[in-house]
Amino acid sequence: MSATPAADARWSPGDDQIEVQRAPEPGGAGGAYRAFGETLRGLKTTLARVVEGVNTIQYPEQKVAVYPRFRGRHKLHRFEDSTDGQAGLEKCVGCSLCAAACPADCIRVVAAENTPEMRVSAGERYAAVYEINMSRCIFCGYCEVACPFDAITMGHDYELSDYNRGDLIFTKEMLLAEPLDASPLRAEGE
Amino acid sequence: MTPLGIVDYYEAWWIQLIKAIVIFAIGLQIVPIVLIAERKLLGRFQGRYGPNRVGPYGVIQPLADILKLLGKEQSRPNTSIGPLYILAPTISIMTAVATFAIIPFGDAPHIFGTRVGLYGVDVSIGPLYIFALSAIAFYGLMLGGWASGSKYSFLGAMRAAAQLISYEVSQGLALVGVLITAGTLSLTQIVHAQEGMWYIVPQLAGFLIFMVAAFAETNRAPFDLAEADAELVGGYNTEYGGGRFASYYFAEYLNVVVVSGVATTLFLGGWLIPGWHSEPAWLDPFVVLFKMTLFVIFFIWIRATLPRLRYDQLMSFGWKVLLPLATLNTLITAIVVVAVHG
Repeated sequence: MSATPAADARWSPGDDQIEVQRAPEPGGAGGAYRAFGETLRGLKTTLARVVEGVNTIQYPEQKVAVYPRFRGRHKLHRFEDSTDGQAGLEKCVGCSLCAAACPADCIRVVAAENTPEMRVSAGERYAAVYEINMSRCIFCGYCEVACPFDAITMGHDYELSDYNRGDLIFTKEMLLAEPLDASPLRAEGE
Repeated sequence: MTPLGIVDYYEAWWIQLIKAIVIFAIGLQIVPIVLIAERKLLGRFQGRYGPNRVGPYGVIQPLADILKLLGKEQSRPNTSIGPLYILAPTISIMTAVATFAIIPFGDAPHIFGTRVGLYGVDVSIGPLYIFALSAIAFYGLMLGGWASGSKYSFLGAMRAAAQLISYEVSQGLALVGVLITAGTLSLTQIVHAQEGMWYIVPQLAGFLIFMVAAFAETNRAPFDLAEADAELVGGYNTEYGGGRFASYYFAEYLNVVVVSGVATTLFLGGWLIPGWHSEPAWLDPFVVLFKMTLFVIFFIWIRATLPRLRYDQLMSFGWKVLLPLATLNTLITAIVVVAVHG
């Protein structure tokens, strides 16, 4: 439907009117010349990719090195050695601050009292159950920030697939153990 | 009288039968090679490796693909028209193989005392035979799309129909220039006529038009509107699966090989090597295969480079640019030939 002359008379775009530069219409000898010229340019571009070589990383055999601050699978820590007999004790005291900080609500902590016979952690209490549901975790790192004892940190392991959802609930023993296949690490600033 | 005795031909009927089997076998061997070559090369053009897991360097990937397709259930939609749905892919693959029959891989040397042409048959109407079969091949796409009873298939088939009709005209006219220059329709005679100079030189415009039209005729990028994955799911073969899809796939790649062979024969001097007129006869098929390989690589290169055309661009390019250029090329060739030889 074309606008009536009366409608044109009522409003004119004035200064708002802009000139749009358009490509020439396809067709004609000029169009064919342009098409062939641009095609040759494109062919040159793609051939340059062949000359450049491949950029693929053959994943299962080669891995991308992660940065030190990469947030991968969590780790729970023990005291490595110290003078006051804490070596080997877990750092986690079962305070549940990580579970409170977790936005995905994927951490479950059940605390229990340390006894002189069975001393698990350095504090008064320890985590009897410590589970992280990796299928829910969003790897935000808030748990690491919330922890007052640096008991939980984000590791570098990113290969977390499994066949069952249940297997993705990591228990305390799994989190305390060193990851079997450590991801390659790159230096800061590399 | 033997069954083929009515055809007055210099070869015995059993030689022709053997040749038919050999050509069919070669045709079926070339396609998987083209499949893997395409995927590997496309990868390289995009800065990646392409398939490299199945077998050494991934070379048996096409075998795995085809076996997977053949092992699938032969299903069809409830809305499809049974006999046509089954017939369509066979039309496609039959015409592709039949066209392969007339591509000359060499002259007619004497093998064990008998004269054997290194081609299926040397028809005296070569290009017409090719166009007749490509016109039938179009029924393979059209019937397949229509008999599927699906709107995407139907849209793809309609596009294929419009595209093939549009570009067949230009392709035919582009060849007319060669035929006028050679003065014959037999493909082996055309190759012999190129002993002085390959037709790509005097018929450069015809060659370019032929190549552009060939991309459209084989439904290859940038003219793959018939199976535009992004808009039509898969075009005319959307509803096909298993062996029938494999047939379509095979026919498509065999068509690429056939068009490469036709271009080699008509424009690149077939089995001729420039500057060497006494090459041994056994070398001829390898020369032809080498030239065909160059064309196939070019097809893949173009596919890695150009985006798909818009439908109206396709039509306006075919009718407003290609057809006038092809007509002009034919006219000028005719005038020059009459002026020189007339």
